Amino acid sequence: MSTLKSDTGNRMVLDPLPRRRFLSYSMMTIGGATLLAACNKDKTDPMPSDKEINLGTDDIGILNYAYALEQLEAAFYIKVSQSTITGMTNAEMMMLADIRDHEIAHREFFKNALGSKAIPALTVDFSSIDFTKRDTVLATAKAFEDLGVSAYNGAGKLIQLADYLVLAGKIVSVEARHAAFIRDLISNGSFADNTVVDANGLDKSRTPAEVLTIAAPYIKDKINFSGLPK
Amino acid sequence: MNFLHIINQITETDPEFLNRIDTRRTAMSSFFGMGKKISALALPAFAGTMFQKAYGKTTDTVVEILNYALTLEHLEAAFYKKANEVAATLLPSEAARGAIKTIGDHETAHVKLLQNVITSMNATPVPSPAFDFTAGGTFADVFTNYTTFLAVAQAFEDTGVRAYKGRAGEIVKGGDLLEAALNIHSVEARHAAHIRYMRRNANHAPTIKPWISGKESNIGAVVQPIYDGEEVTKQATIEIVNINGMTISASAASEAFDEPLTKDQVLAIVGPFIVS
Repeated sequence: MSTLKSDTGNRMVLDPLPRRRFLSYSMMTIGGATLLAACNKDKTDPMPSDKEINLGTDDIGILNYAYALEQLEAAFYIKVSQSTITGMTNAEMMMLADIRDHEIAHREFFKNALGSKAIPALTVDFSSIDFTKRDTVLATAKAFEDLGVSAYNGAGKLIQLADYLVLAGKIVSVEARHAAFIRDLISNGSFADNTVVDANGLDKSRTPAEVLTIAAPYIKDKINFSGLPK
Repeated sequence: MNFLHIINQITETDPEFLNRIDTRRTAMSSFFGMGKKISALALPAFAGTMFQKAYGKTTDTVVEILNYALTLEHLEAAFYKKANEVAATLLPSEAARGAIKTIGDHETAHVKLLQNVITSMNATPVPSPAFDFTAGGTFADVFTNYTTFLAVAQAFEDTGVRAYKGRAGEIVKGGDLLEAALNIHSVEARHAAHIRYMRRNANHAPTIKPWISGKESNIGAVVQPIYDGEEVTKQATIEIVNINGMTISASAASEAFDEPLTKDQVLAIVGPFIVS
């Protein structure tokens, strides 16, 4: 397999400024955490970021979409690992550290693969999460993992190059392993219950619009996904 | 639901549909939009046609991939069916019986779904082979010994995850058919994670994790072909160990990405379990 960099360098060109300017006025932009930030404003917080991040188009857009989600997940587990969580055992913390490392690996992989076409670092907002409580941390982790699985499942059919599809496939099953494990920590046996798997035995898929709406409260930046394939 | 009914549904919701499917581009955009209007179960009849029209991928190829997946689902469904029949003696707890029931139900649903899809493409679903879950005596006590049973279950689930991944590239741009395959794939990964969790908690494999570390099976050499290749730490030529100055061990780098298996590799793995 050739490198993603050379593939993208040869085949993908991100739209220059004019398109971005146009998109900033479009209806497709998802608002960041404006409302939530206003409710939870902490005086010691830096100014909320309101930069707009354009994911781009075609496969590059999908890879940036994945990169954004991996940034969010990695930041969450880094925060988890730095927290003292009442009721979380050492063994559980070690497993959560494993997950953190996986998400960092995914994030850095996408960053390098995208090279100059990578979106900038997101500014995350976890002010609504109580990182001292086991149930809150696990509930949030479950939400992020199930969201990640559904995001990759929904994005697969938007990908043009087989190599990218296989790479997404390599990652989504690991996210599904995370999701199952976190669910079992919350309630043993809930790894694939009927809230995520339907009567046909199928996991969920979500569109980028659905995923980014759910993720928006945790991201201060505006994610512009209007260039993604549909 | 038959194909004509699907077309009727499509033309009801999208009256111009039949006029628009003659070019490659509009065919595919219609195809993508369709998922909202028709159930996943009904859709692949249309998917097969679109593959042929839009990408020259023959229906035969798609059916072959679907029958390959169906064979693996037959294997898993039959395995858990047998386990559920002897659950009272094989499985030691309510939790274990619940989990195996859940997984078995999913595998049975996958079999039915794939059979329906293949039938709706006017093709013939492969019948279930006859299985020998002892693999010629290698796992002689698979349905009487909980440790052996969970080990074989893990082997099947991890194989399933790798097998779906191995064929995904062949149905790239496969619309809702691809999506359904991905939706099965991640359920298999959830199963694999839970079986591993069960083995850890039952102290069958005290250090095993829900994810695959290196190429470690935590079972033994007999299943090693299922795990060979999982140890890679490079993805698309990018080295993941300590990437960009982050502290990422070789274990973590391998765990973070599950690897595909080719059809030949998978058939070699499941061969000993198939008697006809």
